[in-house]
Amino acid sequence: MATLIESTPDVERKRNFRFRSLTATYVKELGVKSLLGACAALSVLTTLAIVVVLFTEASRFFQADDVYCDAAVVEDGVSHKCGSFVATSTRDSAGTQVACSTCGKLHTMPAEVTLVGFLTGSKWQPLIGRESEKKFGVWALITGTLLVSVIAMCLALPLGLITAIYLSEYANAHVRATIKPTLEVLAGIPTVVYGFFALTVITPTLKTFHDGFNTFNAMAGGIAVGILCLPIVSSLVEDALQAVPRSLREGAYGMGATKFEVSTKVVVPAALSGIISAFLLAVSRAVGETMIVALCVGSRPQMSLDPRDDMQTMTGWMVQMVLGDVSNYDVEYLSMYAVAALLFLMTLALTFAGNLVRRRFREEYQ
Amino acid sequence: MNELETTMVSKPTTFIPPGDERDSNEKTIVIEMDEFSAWYGDFQALHHLKLAVPEKRVTSFIGPSGCGKSTLLKWINRMNDIVPTAHAKGTLRLPDIDILARSTDVVALRRRIGMVFQKPNPFPKSIYDNVAFGPRIHYAGLSRNDLDDLVEWALKKSALWEEVKDRLNQSALGLSGGQQQRLCIARAIAIGPEILLMDEPCSALDPASTDKIEDLIYEIRKQYTIVIVTHNMQQAARCSDRTVFFFEGKIVEEGPTRSLFTNPKSKQTEDYVTGKFG
Repeated sequence: MATLIESTPDVERKRNFRFRSLTATYVKELGVKSLLGACAALSVLTTLAIVVVLFTEASRFFQADDVYCDAAVVEDGVSHKCGSFVATSTRDSAGTQVACSTCGKLHTMPAEVTLVGFLTGSKWQPLIGRESEKKFGVWALITGTLLVSVIAMCLALPLGLITAIYLSEYANAHVRATIKPTLEVLAGIPTVVYGFFALTVITPTLKTFHDGFNTFNAMAGGIAVGILCLPIVSSLVEDALQAVPRSLREGAYGMGATKFEVSTKVVVPAALSGIISAFLLAVSRAVGETMIVALCVGSRPQMSLDPRDDMQTMTGWMVQMVLGDVSNYDVEYLSMYAVAALLFLMTLALTFAGNLVRRRFREEYQ
Repeated sequence: MNELETTMVSKPTTFIPPGDERDSNEKTIVIEMDEFSAWYGDFQALHHLKLAVPEKRVTSFIGPSGCGKSTLLKWINRMNDIVPTAHAKGTLRLPDIDILARSTDVVALRRRIGMVFQKPNPFPKSIYDNVAFGPRIHYAGLSRNDLDDLVEWALKKSALWEEVKDRLNQSALGLSGGQQQRLCIARAIAIGPEILLMDEPCSALDPASTDKIEDLIYEIRKQYTIVIVTHNMQQAARCSDRTVFFFEGKIVEEGPTRSLFTNPKSKQTEDYVTGKFG
């Protein structure tokens, strides 16, 4: 320390300063680093926890789970639930009655569920009929989800792309100052509002064009989800277009290209990776959208591609189970986790696809 | 005798500006300006310029940074249209077109006036598609064979063909800086412009690449009227027929390159070309 002070200029020495303790600096830096690291780790841990819960519960759906006995038992004058489990030894016992070994209450053995049946079946009937007649074919729900998403994307992708091109390449500052905040407002509307907007405005409008539309239908949901995704697409795509260096535009303008040629032949191809990942993000958003479809698409799971029909999406089913009065131990309830896990895998695949595409089309700008 | 002159004299074969022997006054004038002034917002970048650029000659604009030479270049093909605050007054015309007129179609204008920029800016496409970009947007009914021929011609013209003929379908971004700049020249000449504007085309390149570009400029000056903005006085001396010296938005001196460098009329020009400022 002494030598350091010796080496500093006279003026500095006269001020009679001393160096900060290096240990204190080091400890402080370490503290900050750990705090920041902990915050970052929190999101990773939360994700992990959710995934673990999702898949553990989903696996219970496919296992021969024991039936929980909820019969009221009076013991020493106090009433409580029996609480024991009735073993389901064989799956083909679906629908048969087995008595609880403790209190004697008869329990109906749950329906048979297999992973293959779940992933290949096209009938989803967990709530109708006897236990032996229950069906868990998830394609009925996947069809609903895909139909709504496809309709939404048919609307959101082209419109979002066109809006973004207009905002980035054509619009002057004045127009941008009007359109951008409007899109932000659109993005800020709660999805439940979109839901009843679809139910009370879009569906009646559709009905005036065509009688065949059901009160609850996939078309209205798709349109509402599309409007929801529009600002996401347009703002992400606009960011991607803005990231294309000005020099490329100048190069193309300098060759006598029109604005349209510059946009479609230079700027959009150069921003392709960003555009495609924006699209994939919008698709994940549409696939996972819940409130709108729960309100206006209906709750009749069926494998249909008719957008006029009411149907149920994967998310719609989950809402029905969470809010419904089904026991937490019932196989219908557990099916929710299996559907959720599948939905999670679908969006995960989209995220991976997005990353692949980004890497594949990434261009190093000069 | 200053240092620059010594270099020029010591290597006469490469350094004598070839246009010097010819009298440029005999040539047709292609770009003509009179009382031309330009502004960015309230700032006047160019003041009452009067200049005539002769056909099929290399004219270089020199001057310190911020003297308005690039601004003038960008007005010649109306690139300043993209800048919302830019406006201009006076005469700036080709023999048959008033460049500044509102009715002038910039697309048609830029088809005749190509531009090469300071930093190489190839499109993130293949080498072939870069050169074919212009022909594809401007020529109707071009067959695949015609296009192939055109691309080959332009790449040969810009001295790049031998280096890229086996990888025409690879990304242009994989080329070196100098190759990219020659590709940009190929791209510009592929639509057959009469005039080529070059905005400091070598400032981002290494000396070897600069050499190649200068050779190229020397080579193609027989077919094109070239206007080149440069910071590099040796470059102006080496490859231009006429030189215009700008200072603070005004033309200080203008004339055949050799006489401007060896016998400047103005003190300012002399100070600049001898490296006393700038």
